[in-house]
Amino acid sequence: MPKNTIAIVNAGGSNISSLTFALDRLKANYTTTNQIAQIEDSSHVILPGVGAAYDAMGKLKKSNLIEVVKNLKQPTLGICLGMQLLLEYSMENNVNCLSIIEGGCKAFTQQDKYPVPHMGWNNVKFNKISPLTEGLKSEDYFYFVHSYYVPISDSAIGITDYSESFTSIIQKDNFYGTQFHPEKSSDQGSKLLRTFINL
Amino acid sequence: MKDGQVVKGIQFKNHEIVGDIIDLASRYNYEGADELVFYDITASPDRRSVDRKWINLVAKEINIPFCVAGGIKTIADAEEVLNYGADKISINTPALKNPDLIEQLAKRFGSQCIVVGIDSFAIKKDYKVHLYTGDPDQSKESNKTTNSWINEVQDRGAGEIVLNCMNQDGVRKGYDIDQLREMRNLCKVPLIASGGAGKMSDFYDVFNQADVSGSLAASVFHKKIIDILDLKKYLQQKQIEVRL
Repeated sequence: MPKNTIAIVNAGGSNISSLTFALDRLKANYTTTNQIAQIEDSSHVILPGVGAAYDAMGKLKKSNLIEVVKNLKQPTLGICLGMQLLLEYSMENNVNCLSIIEGGCKAFTQQDKYPVPHMGWNNVKFNKISPLTEGLKSEDYFYFVHSYYVPISDSAIGITDYSESFTSIIQKDNFYGTQFHPEKSSDQGSKLLRTFINL
Repeated sequence: MKDGQVVKGIQFKNHEIVGDIIDLASRYNYEGADELVFYDITASPDRRSVDRKWINLVAKEINIPFCVAGGIKTIADAEEVLNYGADKISINTPALKNPDLIEQLAKRFGSQCIVVGIDSFAIKKDYKVHLYTGDPDQSKESNKTTNSWINEVQDRGAGEIVLNCMNQDGVRKGYDIDQLREMRNLCKVPLIASGGAGKMSDFYDVFNQADVSGSLAASVFHKKIIDILDLKKYLQQKQIEVRL
């Protein structure tokens, strides 16, 4: 593995082309892998989120990646479901997650003005300073697609209002997560990804 | 989209070429569009599916979500389009021919990426759904009212509805506010207004009076009558929430 290579953890053939195209636009080096050594030796790790929590945890387990991811010391970014996996549990099929960050993940309830999934552009208020959001403007817009959310906790560094206010950016030590898709969030999203790969 | 070029017609006829796909996509991405929709209008009438190589090129180029419509008739069609990098697929004629397809797609890929496009033709206040609208010779009325079809597609798992008011298409006389307002009341999922945008106040009116979740336009952007950034600044001044 060359230095400064990002490992995109893909334990099960999910479609991550939007993410890899975004990294291509940033001219980043990355590899898509489920190999323990490649993940451990990388400079940065991205845990993309496609599909359901139960399937994603099952695939990580099958590839023996649960302890590997929990013990990562390099900057690690979970995107969408990938962020939700960093928590202790998800109420999506009541699945145990990685337990890197305290808390869990709940379902939105369908309400008249707030369809589920929450889909589209929404703004993110930065409630704490974090290296990940440096250079970005609080209340900038990002692109969301999700039916489950992480309630606000001490680890929240970005908050978004929908039918509930929820954690849209999270951080604990070297672990970061965004509920939105930075790879689809125009220039602000590209900036955030660039900041991450330069951490 | 027709033969690799972007085309635009008037009331679904007389299409003219307005530009290369990738150039146009990157222009709109840069100007601040929130989402792009690509319609392969020839796909359904020709009984074929979309030529999909260009989807990959679009996905590499732009950093906003985009939706692909045209001749997606099976799970495999949808999977291919999504794998090429589209964020959503939109189905129209195939959903009318086979309504179960909506459920199958929603179950397999999630409602969030299943858009149902509805071409609605108004005769006074009587709204009827049309199919095969990409080809003037084949375009015809279905046996469904727009109201009943909007309810049905939501029950079947559509995550978003694009309502194209055919009477207004390409004539730039404003959105069909009455129809959109009526249909908005039936929608639990986002409703996107389509057909008729001609000037900036048309966009304000459709957000303000019909409370739609989004507005879609083609001619005014293709022909550079309205600049997307100017439009968003104008809407923001009028207290409509936009991403700037």
